[in-house]
Amino acid sequence: MKDFSNLISAIEITNKTNAKIEAIVNYFKVAPDKDKLWLIALFTGKRPSRPVKSNLMKEWCMQITQLPEWLFLESYSSVGDLGETLALLLPNPENEIEKPLHVWIDELINLKSTTDAEKKEYVLKAWNGLRAQERLIFNKLIGGSFRIGVSKKTLVNALSKLSGIAANQLMHSIIGRWTPNTISFDDLLSGEHINYDNSKPYPFCLAYALEKELQDLGSENEWQVEYKWDGIRGQIIKREDEVFIWSRGEELVTQQFPEIVEAVSQLPGSFVIDGEILAIKDSAVLLFNDLQKRLNRKNVTKKLLEEVPVGLYIYDILEQNQIDLRQVSMVQRRNKLEELFTQNTSTILKLSEVIQFKKWDELDDLRNAARSFNSEGLMLKKKSSNYHVGRKKGEWWKWKVDPLTIDAVMIYAQKGSGRRSSKYTDYTFAVQNEDKLVTVAKAYSGLTDKEITEISRWVNKNAIEKFGPVRTVKPELVFEIAFEGIAYSKRHKSGVAVRFPRMKRWRKDKTVKDIDTIESVKALIEAN
Amino acid sequence: MKFIKYTKKGIYCIPGKFYLDPWYPVDYAIISHGHADHARWGNKHYLCHNDSKAILKHRIGQDISIESMGYNAPKTINGVKVSFYPAGHIIGSAQIRLEYKGYVIVFSGDYKTQPDFITVPFEPVKCNEFITESTFGLPVYKWKTELELQTELQNWVLQNQQNNRTSVFLGYSLGKAQRIMKLVEDVDAIFVHSAIANLNDAISSSGNQLPASSLITTDFNKKDIQNKIVILPPALLGSKLLKRIPNAATAICSGWMHIRGNRRWKGVDAGFAVSDHADWDGLLEAVKATEAEKVYVTHGSQAVFSKYLNEIGIEAYELKTEYGEDELAKQDTLKTETVS
Repeated sequence: MKDFSNLISAIEITNKTNAKIEAIVNYFKVAPDKDKLWLIALFTGKRPSRPVKSNLMKEWCMQITQLPEWLFLESYSSVGDLGETLALLLPNPENEIEKPLHVWIDELINLKSTTDAEKKEYVLKAWNGLRAQERLIFNKLIGGSFRIGVSKKTLVNALSKLSGIAANQLMHSIIGRWTPNTISFDDLLSGEHINYDNSKPYPFCLAYALEKELQDLGSENEWQVEYKWDGIRGQIIKREDEVFIWSRGEELVTQQFPEIVEAVSQLPGSFVIDGEILAIKDSAVLLFNDLQKRLNRKNVTKKLLEEVPVGLYIYDILEQNQIDLRQVSMVQRRNKLEELFTQNTSTILKLSEVIQFKKWDELDDLRNAARSFNSEGLMLKKKSSNYHVGRKKGEWWKWKVDPLTIDAVMIYAQKGSGRRSSKYTDYTFAVQNEDKLVTVAKAYSGLTDKEITEISRWVNKNAIEKFGPVRTVKPELVFEIAFEGIAYSKRHKSGVAVRFPRMKRWRKDKTVKDIDTIESVKALIEAN
Repeated sequence: MKFIKYTKKGIYCIPGKFYLDPWYPVDYAIISHGHADHARWGNKHYLCHNDSKAILKHRIGQDISIESMGYNAPKTINGVKVSFYPAGHIIGSAQIRLEYKGYVIVFSGDYKTQPDFITVPFEPVKCNEFITESTFGLPVYKWKTELELQTELQNWVLQNQQNNRTSVFLGYSLGKAQRIMKLVEDVDAIFVHSAIANLNDAISSSGNQLPASSLITTDFNKKDIQNKIVILPPALLGSKLLKRIPNAATAICSGWMHIRGNRRWKGVDAGFAVSDHADWDGLLEAVKATEAEKVYVTHGSQAVFSKYLNEIGIEAYELKTEYGEDELAKQDTLKTETVS
């Protein structure tokens, strides 16, 4: 397991994707086939179920180290990861055990059906035979979570570099149906178990942010204007009655959206369409935050399907009955799409609305109104445009609503996870409500690493609590918070909910006396 | 606290009329070691260990009023017997032992119990009251031995050389830099930043031998540096100088690097847990060895460590000080220093 452990260390330390790919390629060059297969499985969420409860592991560690529980928890909240906390707290190993990755995994799979006493004996023996870094890997194998900053796309790029096979084909292969114990590494890569011809996607056509005056775009009737949506941009492929959904990040996300697969299957013929997957309830588009609950789940449960139903807003058609339409004009593609759509019976598929307008100056109001139904703004597409590869200036523009902003004061700080676990990165903000403060938003993005470091140090000095993960701080640091939308909410104590809040600026020039009041925040709802 | 008290300016010895590592200017300051959060500017008179004298003069001013003495060589100030004992933290670091009317208080300053290749090893001192730091006061902190670190650092350099990369270590210019030099001595030529070179001169001037090194200037010749070893202060992470170094592989050397999240935070190629502070077991051993009746816990995990000491039957209190709660504070001090 040393090679695997070294690979994890190498991947974790760098934030350069190329360095990660290089490390993975190097591992694939030396690892036994079975280990390679398990690595792919682990990194793509095909993990065996957890054989030992984390509470038991915590208990055993406390028995061995003789530490009181509060001190264990304090260590955990400082380290931010249970597997790592255990690995670091345990005494140095007295033996040395070296087994390949797949042997460890097979043993762990068998461990699942044993008694607690047998589990304890096995785990303690392993702990006593592994050094801290390998012990951490062992604990992670039990827990099954390998969130170490390697996306499927990165893994696939590494495999592509190693084998020379196209990345998208490999994506289909690794997402497809296989288990490490029933396929060889070469067969997996060459795609013995899949039909890549059916899943092969096209590169997405992307837009630039609008950088000119509308008047400079030319005549109004040369443009098709649609709403811009904040969901998962997806390419939905139906060929030979098989359906595939590719995300813009070129990951296959088919299994995450069974209702879209079902709805699309009803449409006749074979085709490739471009659209936005959105959380939609009672025909209203929900926030991206809601959609997020549906993402990267191992199982999409019935409950989740009911809680966050999704739908597809269709923008474009790229292929129909094996004919590539990308060089056909936008208007013609739209006609074909509308024609196909006459056959639609599903309520969760919708054509993206084409906004009717005569004069450019009508659009600004429409753009600003977009916020009220959770649209991000407008898309301007030239009617004569092809479906080009990637971004091309002048043909497709995105024109987003300006974010709303308020000034709020930080009242809680919490440590982040992963590479952010050493710093206070997640903050809660409040505005004035008469003589009290009321929470309005939580945000964790928008600041530089340097600012986060400075704030972390300030939190360390100004925290009211001494123990536990959340720190209440003196209401002193003021931030300009930007967000995409705001609405009344009964679930929130403040009575308002903001959409996609982030820190726009740290207002070192302002004090808590300068922050917004809840009344001025609510006034934003009325104004929008 | 008998015969000492905690004041706004720092820890004050009442009969002795002097302060220990004060954070505001005072008449008489006894300094545990040369780091900027302990040895501050503006005091009328300084007393420190012999090996810290040149360091303090370099950092604070050549014309300061300063006297120094060796380890275990007491001096009486206003009836208080003052003596220094090795703290094992950096060159010249001392625990300050105060004895008045038979009652003994020891102020640890910063300390490390594990021996390294360059510092006089830590020596426990029996006392009635012990004032201890707690920078790494959590049981997850457990350091490797100096020999293990030596292997780790040297292997990293050799591996970098195989990949045609230059090894760049980032470590605080006083203490850490010299320790790194010693750890990688004889592997290949060592280049150091001027902030480190100046301190090296100060350290050598008091008779301490350091491994050979050359100065890296902003207009260095890339060919000279390629595949060699470079040591820079942490504030130079992301600097133009670092960017100019050909095929640099960067590593931060700090106790904080023991935790993965910290290693990943900086976006460097490696992180080595080389700490000048005691680890959890080191802190506990040190406290127990003093046999102190009362323990005061300063900068770091004072809440956790003092709570734990009380649970294992050692009377302990938290003491809030202005000493750097982490090494990042030191980096800032250093930044202003390099600019001026």
